[in-house]
Amino acid sequence: MTATYRAAVREAIREAIIRDERVFLMGEDVGRYGGCYAVSKGLLEEFGEDRIRDTPLSESGFVGAGIGAALGGMRPIVEVMTVNFSLLALDQIVNNAATLLHMSGGAFNVPIVIRMATGGGRQVAAQHSRSLEGWYAHIPGLKILTPATLEDARGMLWTALQDPDPVLIFEHVLLYNMEGDLAEDAGAVQIDRAAIRREGRDVSVITYGGSLHKALEAADRLAEDGVSAEVLDLRTLRPLDTEAILQTVARTNRAVIVDEAWRSGSISAEISARITEGAFYHLDAPVARVCGEEVPTPYPKHLEDAALPQVDDIVQAVRSILPGTEGGGS
Amino acid sequence: MTHPYPPSPPLPDEEHARTLLRHMLLIRRFEEKCAELYTQEKIRGFLHLYIGEEAVAAGSIPLLGPDDSVVATYREHGQALVRGVPATNVMAEMYGKIEGCARGRGGSMHIFDAETRFFGGNAIVGGGIPIAVGLALAARRERSLGDSPDELRVTACFFGDGAMAEGEFHESMNLAALWHLPVLFCCENNLYAMGTPLDVAHSETELALRAASYGMPSWTVDGMDVLAVEDATRRAIEAIRGGGGPHFLEFRTYRFRAHSMFDPELYRAKEEVEKWKERDPISLLASRMREADMLDDAGMEELEAEVEAEVEEAVRFSEEGSWEPVEELTRFVYSESDVDGGQSP
Ligand SMILES: Cc1ncc(C[n+]2csc(CCOP(=O)(O)OP(=O)(O)O)c2C)c(N)n1
Ligand SMILES: [Mg+2]
Repeated sequence: MTATYRAAVREAIREAIIRDERVFLMGEDVGRYGGCYAVSKGLLEEFGEDRIRDTPLSESGFVGAGIGAALGGMRPIVEVMTVNFSLLALDQIVNNAATLLHMSGGAFNVPIVIRMATGGGRQVAAQHSRSLEGWYAHIPGLKILTPATLEDARGMLWTALQDPDPVLIFEHVLLYNMEGDLAEDAGAVQIDRAAIRREGRDVSVITYGGSLHKALEAADRLAEDGVSAEVLDLRTLRPLDTEAILQTVARTNRAVIVDEAWRSGSISAEISARITEGAFYHLDAPVARVCGEEVPTPYPKHLEDAALPQVDDIVQAVRSILPGTEGGGS
Repeated sequence: MTHPYPPSPPLPDEEHARTLLRHMLLIRRFEEKCAELYTQEKIRGFLHLYIGEEAVAAGSIPLLGPDDSVVATYREHGQALVRGVPATNVMAEMYGKIEGCARGRGGSMHIFDAETRFFGGNAIVGGGIPIAVGLALAARRERSLGDSPDELRVTACFFGDGAMAEGEFHESMNLAALWHLPVLFCCENNLYAMGTPLDVAHSETELALRAASYGMPSWTVDGMDVLAVEDATRRAIEAIRGGGGPHFLEFRTYRFRAHSMFDPELYRAKEEVEKWKERDPISLLASRMREADMLDDAGMEELEAEVEAEVEEAVRFSEEGSWEPVEELTRFVYSESDVDGGQSP
């Protein structure tokens, strides 16, 4: 059947609420408004206020309440409108959710799922366009998921809810309208391993989330010129599937990392470091990166486009490390 | 100190009065020992003593049932001991030994105990308050799922006067009142946040007034009088359990010791501390018991001996405890079993 990413997430929430009475959705405007990206539209009418709970504008308060509810035996899905606003809940996410299990010597785990939209590209300027999932991936105790396909949007939530520890799910804003085929019986998917979305021989394009589709488009364009690019979708940023990263690089001997986030101190830097540590002798060329320009995302379209990784940039980065180019080695 | 409190409640029966006294004395002697062990470098890191404030924990926590929950701060030894976390495990935690209630991973500021539903030990000022709201939300929800205790669970949440300036406090008050949740907010107003006096931190120093603005019953209580603490807490818990929604209690109290072991106490006069010691919660109760012929020197000595034995046993237990092998350093970052995680309600 044809579905949107938005509908896939909504169906995942519906299924979770139906299957497990401990599950409830809580967040700003998830009920009456239907979710700021219309993800939960209709769910309040279907399930009532006990399962679909509108919260006041209190990110720290309701994320912390989600943590407490998880400690109290519930399985809350907490929606934070966007990653930008999650900064107001950083204390609860980092100091409590990620820390309580260890600090309590294993006595208290926190089975909470926190969903939020991430990324830029909608001309909503700097305070609404951040990609901070890589930041969260820095924190031991959290799991970081970045569903980029309909199957993952549909299937990651249930698996995350089965996890005894806090899981953060980042949904790229540009994906909500993405349409595609989704099997009628699509269900839970694993959240531990990366996935090769396109096989190739000449170069590995390593990416996740919203950038996956740009990477796939770039691979199509490169194929027209006879360049065979493998595209690896990381799917989970913590724990990072290092094995999959090293394996693809071992096959193609070249790597381009694509990430909307800034390059300094980033997940793309981490991936590059792991390649250096684990696949250095497989490399025929330096690792290349296509990242967001180091500037707060500007509003006008031409500037925003220039600030975010584009298909052209990816194609160019790949070309720059192919044989016979300046950076490309032999 | 000059607040016009209602008259102190009458003394309870002898056995009960003795329990109250014993709890306060246990906290006092346990913490005096902690201070001593700190100078011997057996206990390291931050150590925040509760000495002077014992009436608050001793008067309130025993009124909770086993299904209720407690959320506390880094100044939580008293709450943990009165809640029934064994003194041995609390002390071993401070030693950093594996026998500690959090396997030594938390230390003095992070006492956790699943058995007694003691959810920390939170060292971020205000950081535990939203968690208490969530525990109460779970308590409300579980009633519609079946399989819940007969009575509505109450979550008691302890925090200081300083925490009332944090956004997390205000967000939590609003959520709890808005959703009518079974939380008892217990503010331990000891007049200082580290070295910052109440009136340097708060535009309105009548803290109960501010809580009341969220539409919840809020009372100011003499936190040096364990009987007053108990009386107010009993009424609040009864009301919450009966579906009355969250309540706020401001316990006016005072810490006799420094904020932590690093604090040179530059911000307050010795005379002020001495003045407050005249209302030492232990002496207050003990002298009332003596007047009522419930306590004499022999009785007091007996109590002291009991408490000392418990503290000595805690020290012995901790001394004999073991260090977690370094190979286990990275345990408990993620849960170890794949079972459907989390605590059963
Ligand atoms: C968010 C945060 N800010 C600052 C600190 C440092 N700090 C620790 S205790 C404290 C004072 C808190 O005062 P209060 O809430 O009145 O509690 P009390 O220590 O008096 O019991 C401060 C500022 C902290 N732990 N957390
Ligand atoms: Mg204080």
